[in-house]
Amino acid sequence: MPSSTLLAQSILSGLFIGALYGLLGLGLSLSWGLLRQISLAHFALAFLAAYLCYQLSHVMDPLATLVIIVPLFALIGVAIQWVFARFRVSPFNSLLVTFGLTVIVEAIIQGIWTADFRKLESSYGAAKFKIGALYVPVPELMTLVAALALAFGVHAVLRHTDLGRALRATAEDGPIAAAFGMNQKALALGLAGLCAAFAGIAGVCIALSYTLAPSQIYAWIGVVFATVMLGGLGGAIGPLVAGFVIGVSESVTMAVISPAWAPLVSFSLLILVLLLKPGSSR
Amino acid sequence: MNIVRRAMIGAIVVASFAGAAFAQQPSGTPIKVGSTLALTGPLASTGIVHQLVGEIYVADLNKRGGLLGRPVEWIVKDDQSKPDLARTLYEQLITVDKVDLLMGPYATGAILSAMGVAQRYNKLLIHHTFGIPNLAKYEGHFPAWSLGADPANTFNNTLHDALAAQPNPPKTIAVVTSKFPSIHFMALGEREVAKKRGMTEVLFLEWEFGNRDYGPIAARIKDANPDFIYVGAIGLEGNQLLDALKKIDYTPKYHFYMYPAPGPMATSPDTKNALAATMFEEHAPFINNPGAAGFVKAFNERAAKAGLPYTSVETQAAASWTAWQMLEAAVTATKSLDDKVLIDWLKKNRVDTIQGKLRFDGPSNYGDDLMRVKQVQNGKWVVVWPKSVAAPGATLQGP
Repeated sequence: MPSSTLLAQSILSGLFIGALYGLLGLGLSLSWGLLRQISLAHFALAFLAAYLCYQLSHVMDPLATLVIIVPLFALIGVAIQWVFARFRVSPFNSLLVTFGLTVIVEAIIQGIWTADFRKLESSYGAAKFKIGALYVPVPELMTLVAALALAFGVHAVLRHTDLGRALRATAEDGPIAAAFGMNQKALALGLAGLCAAFAGIAGVCIALSYTLAPSQIYAWIGVVFATVMLGGLGGAIGPLVAGFVIGVSESVTMAVISPAWAPLVSFSLLILVLLLKPGSSR
Repeated sequence: MNIVRRAMIGAIVVASFAGAAFAQQPSGTPIKVGSTLALTGPLASTGIVHQLVGEIYVADLNKRGGLLGRPVEWIVKDDQSKPDLARTLYEQLITVDKVDLLMGPYATGAILSAMGVAQRYNKLLIHHTFGIPNLAKYEGHFPAWSLGADPANTFNNTLHDALAAQPNPPKTIAVVTSKFPSIHFMALGEREVAKKRGMTEVLFLEWEFGNRDYGPIAARIKDANPDFIYVGAIGLEGNQLLDALKKIDYTPKYHFYMYPAPGPMATSPDTKNALAATMFEEHAPFINNPGAAGFVKAFNERAAKAGLPYTSVETQAAASWTAWQMLEAAVTATKSLDDKVLIDWLKKNRVDTIQGKLRFDGPSNYGDDLMRVKQVQNGKWVVVWPKSVAAPGATLQGP
């Protein structure tokens, strides 16, 4: 059996990576659940933001890049949504179109930064502190804090504000919501901008902790989709909790059994939940 | 009279230079050499290295008169890092583009695909970096990467020779490895070799290629605290593991990475004394091999111009250059483009390359294992073992 320190450190590691799953899953869950768009481009946007953060970090603090990245990506999200609305892209077609967008963004990234690995070197990279026997890396902690803040913030907005109610009502039944005076188009544009901005924030978190390569866009898709399915579509807290469950399960599997078994965890959990509680992801 | 004589001598000299230059100009129908490379997709960061090397070589070859006096045209297609696509494209190169000769792609999966096509058409296939020698069954394939027929045994023994020569050789080992095919069998071989060499294995771990979280793996290594970590890593995996070890304040003692991304591993502040396998580095005695110095200079410049973060020549670029040297040597010696003739010649002859003299008369057309042990020292890779090819003054640095 692993030592308690090893187990605790692994659980901590699982919480950190789970937070990133949740953060990436937040925008995906909202666009899937409320806009009825399955946006694979969410991952491409996150990596584009990571590369922008890497580039801008040569002239400014990596965290300060959020000032540029968040509004820029919100605009990109709005623009994509405008095109989708203009051409009435269906949920299934959105999957195909956003896959195409992902390939284009990957090619753009490769064209600008080459396919070689890029690593953001900053003072945050090596920053860490100790709690008892456990090491807490600062970049991962920042990701955790961002994921918690955004998830609970979005949850509060969706549950307790008129805007949130309008968004949920529009997702539930657009024509009826419109009949009650809700501007469906404006709400969709705003929400798409928000989702893309979340992708931007996730991208900055990725840049702070990971080495970048264009093809890594695809490495996250499977597990984050499982996170979103497990956490439920259209929610904010669900994907985060699912992210934690998957992240910690993977880490404990790595610590107790073998790292080779870890990739099976997310999809095994998903299958289990779908079998035991069908419809829970809707 | 004197003036006339001088003028005549001058005219003869000029004419002879012009004649020589004229003789070096290739003419006639170009010889088409076809290949695919991973120019996009997950292997593209290395694919571009092979592309640059091919471009430099072909340009240089044409300057030197081409092949058999004819210019060489290199047709390279993007296999998108997909072995299935590589298969289709090689088929196209033979049947549609009607290339005269093939040059192999990069990476084991794509090479294996190309090998199947080459076998079907009885074409010569010289390839760059094929990682699993015992999978190469076609008699017309020739490896430019001289790792021998059984590298899991021969190279790992070379590595242990290097460690055994240390004042305090490691006694315990952790073998942690990606399940990437050309890495995994090397790590399994290492387990056997380490056992035979009397090391105690304190940890063995495997992970799937593409693993994202190295935290728990690092925690288990720290828990086991081995004298030597053998990391079956390819690409960035080694850096990712070292990042995770750093986050829990663990500095490995002796640590080896099978095929790391050379740039990130050499230049990271956390990779001090990391060991890896190589067959060429930019220093003596390698640089003294025929043509090596000129190639290194040309590659450094082209790589910088292409925006590559790591511009040095190491295994990948050297294997690529070697492949072209092998093709040129075979065609020049046989004065033929007939694949069967070229295959027969390569089987029976040795080729002078920047790696040294290569032979192909062993099992699966493999010759000697010329893999060496290199180490990150002062932000650069230097070969440290065997001593005969170590960088001047370089020795393996311990913890």
